[in-house]
Order: sequence, then structure tokens, then C-alpha cells
Amino acid sequence: MAGVTVRGLTKRFGERAVLRGVDLEIAPGEFVALLGRSGSGKSTLLKVLAGLDTDVEGAATVDGGVSVAFQQPRLLPWRRVWRNVVLGLHPPVGRDVAVRALEEVRLADHADAWPRTLSGGEAQRVSLARALVREPDLLLLDEPFGALDALTRLAMHRLVEGLWQRHRPAVLLVTHDVDEALLLADRVLVLDDGRIAAEYPLDHPRPRRAADHIDIRAAVLADLGVTDRATA
Amino acid sequence: MSQLSPPHLTVTGESVSVSTLSAPARVDTTTDLPTGRRRRLPDLRRWISPLAIVALWQIACETGLLPPDKLSSPWTVLRTGVELAGTGELGDAFVVSTTRVGIGFAVGAVIGLGLGVVSGLSRWGEFLVDPPVQMLRTLPFLGLIPLFILWFGIGEEPKIALVALGVAFPLYLNVHSGIRGVDSHLIEATTALGYTRTERLVHVVLPSALPNTLVGLRQSLGVAWLSLIVGEQVNASSGLGYLINNAREFLRTDVIVVGLVVYAALGLATDAIVRLVERRALRWRV
Ligand SMILES: Nc1ncnc2c1ncn2[C@@H]1O[C@H](COP(=O)(O)OP(=O)(O)OP(=O)(O)O)[C@@H](O)[C@H]1O
Ligand SMILES: [Mg+2]
Repeated sequence: MAGVTVRGLTKRFGERAVLRGVDLEIAPGEFVALLGRSGSGKSTLLKVLAGLDTDVEGAATVDGGVSVAFQQPRLLPWRRVWRNVVLGLHPPVGRDVAVRALEEVRLADHADAWPRTLSGGEAQRVSLARALVREPDLLLLDEPFGALDALTRLAMHRLVEGLWQRHRPAVLLVTHDVDEALLLADRVLVLDDGRIAAEYPLDHPRPRRAADHIDIRAAVLADLGVTDRATA
Repeated sequence: MSQLSPPHLTVTGESVSVSTLSAPARVDTTTDLPTGRRRRLPDLRRWISPLAIVALWQIACETGLLPPDKLSSPWTVLRTGVELAGTGELGDAFVVSTTRVGIGFAVGAVIGLGLGVVSGLSRWGEFLVDPPVQMLRTLPFLGLIPLFILWFGIGEEPKIALVALGVAFPLYLNVHSGIRGVDSHLIEATTALGYTRTERLVHVVLPSALPNTLVGLRQSLGVAWLSLIVGEQVNASSGLGYLINNAREFLRTDVIVVGLVVYAALGLATDAIVRLVERRALRWRV
């Protein structure tokens, strides 16, 4: 049984094919990071896996429940923060569950706030809490740490890693941060030209440090078109 | 904000003084508050000209410039108002007229909301409901009075029907466009998070249509009073319109003005109620 199986997935917007024959497998409980330049189709792929886009060629199957933290937080502005976290859960759960989830993203004191009063990073963390509280079999995270400062970002890394170790969902994390990918993932994928262009298994034991996988770091950056000189 | 650190940037020069808080504080937007709310402390200067006009009106009446069969003085109007209220005449007319608006509004609101939700939520609903509604909307509905009299006679029914008709259209249009305007990203997100259809309806679609619906509500209440006034002009044996028409026969301009003032007050009152509801229901707009 595979968590995710994608075969020959092609997605066109009009004439233009954004994904052209993506093959991808994610084992249950595997943590995969997806890198790729802006506009390479990462969010598009996530949307297909989340079951939101069925107008595609090829096959994509996902076993079990999916939960998503989108690139934009997409909170319901007319429901308070804690309700945003737990709405749609079956069976319904109470405020205490929401507050505990918000504690994990360090936002318990914003439980009763209206989403529009949150900062960008705060809204993103609420969206993360909303995705995590569902304890899915597949967790799709689209640049969930994009708007966070370095310190909060590290805390969120620990949070996601801890949660993943406890509940063992399969995770597909889209990020632009190579170091983040090397720190968290079992495997790093690079999406380029509509295909998975490169793939690096990471076997360093956790918890990892920034210096681990230094050779892979250079290779991934090269795949992304970043030269040594620019990164030095 | 509980702990303000000292401003770490203070530019003073050319009478400009900027002090910046170190925390990334929330921005207070005062510009895009919905429907100009919370503006207490009316500027007293705005009262000068209205009071002057009333004073001129009073003077014009007392000097005979305005004969009472054209327009009574404000003072006479006030006295007549108190008198009519005392005899219960005004109260009875008030009850009759507000009942007409109340029933007509309820009927029209149910129709407008119902059709708006049906055509907003379902493709087929839109195919079937929207074309006839859009066609009927182009009719000047006040022009339907002769037909209504033929259909319903001259009792309460044609007046109530006229109010209901006037109320239904603005509500329908606003509910429909409110539902259709729901943010597709929110629908996507909640679908992916496992909301059921009902949950999406209750927590996403309907709340997102609420601001528009309230706009429609205010519009339709305005139309409701207008329809009532027109309806009561045509034929009435009770109510504010009757009071006014009856007064015309006896050249009682004071009674006419009292009736008009009550109409205006009723319109303002219902508008204020909707504004209150708006303020509570749309708190999330912050
Ligand atoms: N609904 C759409 N209609 C037309 N084109 C689209 C649509 N959605 C995405 N695209 C195009 O598909 C390409 C891939 O978009 P996608 O959002 O998947 O990129 P991405 O890899 O997530 O980029 P980023 O890192 O900037 O988020 C882009 O060029 C975008 O313009
Ligand atoms: Mg994206």
C-alpha cells in the first residue's frame, strides 16, 4: 500500500502544460520535500493530490484522509480563529481541542480573535494548526513557513517534525528553502519543466543539523539553477 | 498592546514628528470601516442652517406669507401632532400602516430570500428562476396598482402585495449576487479540509453572502415604505395615507405634515435597526 501514487500526471492550462507526466510515489509515513522554481507547478500538483483538480490526464491516487495548509492561509473571516481550526472535523470537537492546537503554534491567546486581525505569519500558523489538528494520513503543506521570522520558523519545524513522528502521516512539504527541506525530509524532489527532475534520499539520523547533507545541498541548488558562486 | 517599548525612531523637524512602535503592531484602518459607523459627536455647526430654515418657515407663516391652507407653521404642526397622538387617531393610523408594511415585508422577504438562495445555489435554479425575475424587475412595479386593484379589490391585499413586490426584488438580487460572489479559494480550502456540503453552506456560502444580503435588506425596507405610501394614496379607509388624504379635503396642511413626519420617522427607524443588525452580524470585518 502506498500513501500516494501518481502516474503520468499531466495538467494543462489551455495550451500550456504545467505538469507533463509527473511520476511520484510517497510511502505511508514518509516525509517528502518538494522544491522547484516559482511557477514550476508545485501548488498545481498539490491541488491535484488534494482532490481539488480532477481535470487532468494520468492517474493520481491517495489512500486515506488528506489535509492541506495552503500557500495563502484561506481562513474563514467570519469565524473566530479557534472555530477556523476545528470546523469541519467529524465528529465535531470543542474549543479545548482548538486551543491546544493553537498552543502548539504559539497562538493560544489569539483563539477568540477574528482572522482579519492576524498578521500574515499568524494567519499562516492558524492555517497550519487547522491542517495538523485533523491528523490526516497525508499532509500537504504549501510553503507553510513562508511568512515567518527565523525563530518562529525553527519552532514550527520542530512542531511539524514532532507531529509527524507521533502520528506518522505521509507529508509533502513544498518549500523554497533548501535547508528546511534537508532538515526535515526523508527525500527531496525537484520539480522542473513539468517533471520530477531530480530526487535525493536523505538518510542522516534526526535531529539533523544544518551541516548535514552538505553535498546534497549543492546538488539541489544546482538543480534549481543556483551556481556555487551565488550561494557562497 | 500591553507593553510599549520606547519609540526607537523619533523624527522631529519641520513640525513633523513620527514615533514608531517597535512591535509589528496591527494597522488601524479607519478608512474602510463598513457603512460609516461610530461617528458620534455631531458637529453642532451642522444644526445652524436647518434651525434657520425652520425659523424662517415659522416667520413666513406668522407674517401671512405662507397661508395655512398651503403650509401650516412648524408650531401648529407640532401642536396638531400632540393633539392627534392624544386622541389616538395617530396611534391607530400608525398601527394600521406598520402592520401593512410588516406583513408585506415578511411576504416579500421570504419570496426574495427564497428565490435568491435557490438561484444562487443551484445552476438549474438559476436557469429557471433568474430569467422571469429579471424580466419582471424591468416593470415599474408601482404601475401595477391598477392590475392589483382588479385582482385584489381595494382592501388590505393590494397594499400588502405592492409592498411585498417592492421588497422581493432588491433582496433577491443581492442574495443571488452574494452567494455567487463566494470566494472560490475558501470553497476549495474547506472542501480539502473535509467540510460536508451542509457545512460549506452554513460556514462558507451563507456568511459570505451576508454583507450583500444586508445591503439588500436596507434597500428593500426603503422600497417598502415607498410602496406603502403610494399604495395608501390610491385608496385607503385607514392608516397614515388615509389620514393624509382625508386632511387634504379639509385643507388641513398641519395634519398632512404630521403624517409625512411619521412616515419619515418610520423609515429612519427601520434603517437604524438594520444598521444595528449589520454592526452585530458583521463584527468580523473588524
Ligand atoms: N487556474 C490557472 N489558470 C491558468 N494558469 C494557471 C492556473 N493556476 C496555475 N497556473 C499557472 O501554472 C503555473 C504553475 O503554477 P503553480 O501555482 O503551481 O506554481 P508554483 O510552483 O506553486 O509556484 P510558487 O512557488 O510561486 O508558488 C504558473 O505558471 C501559473 O501561472
Ligand atoms: Mg505555489
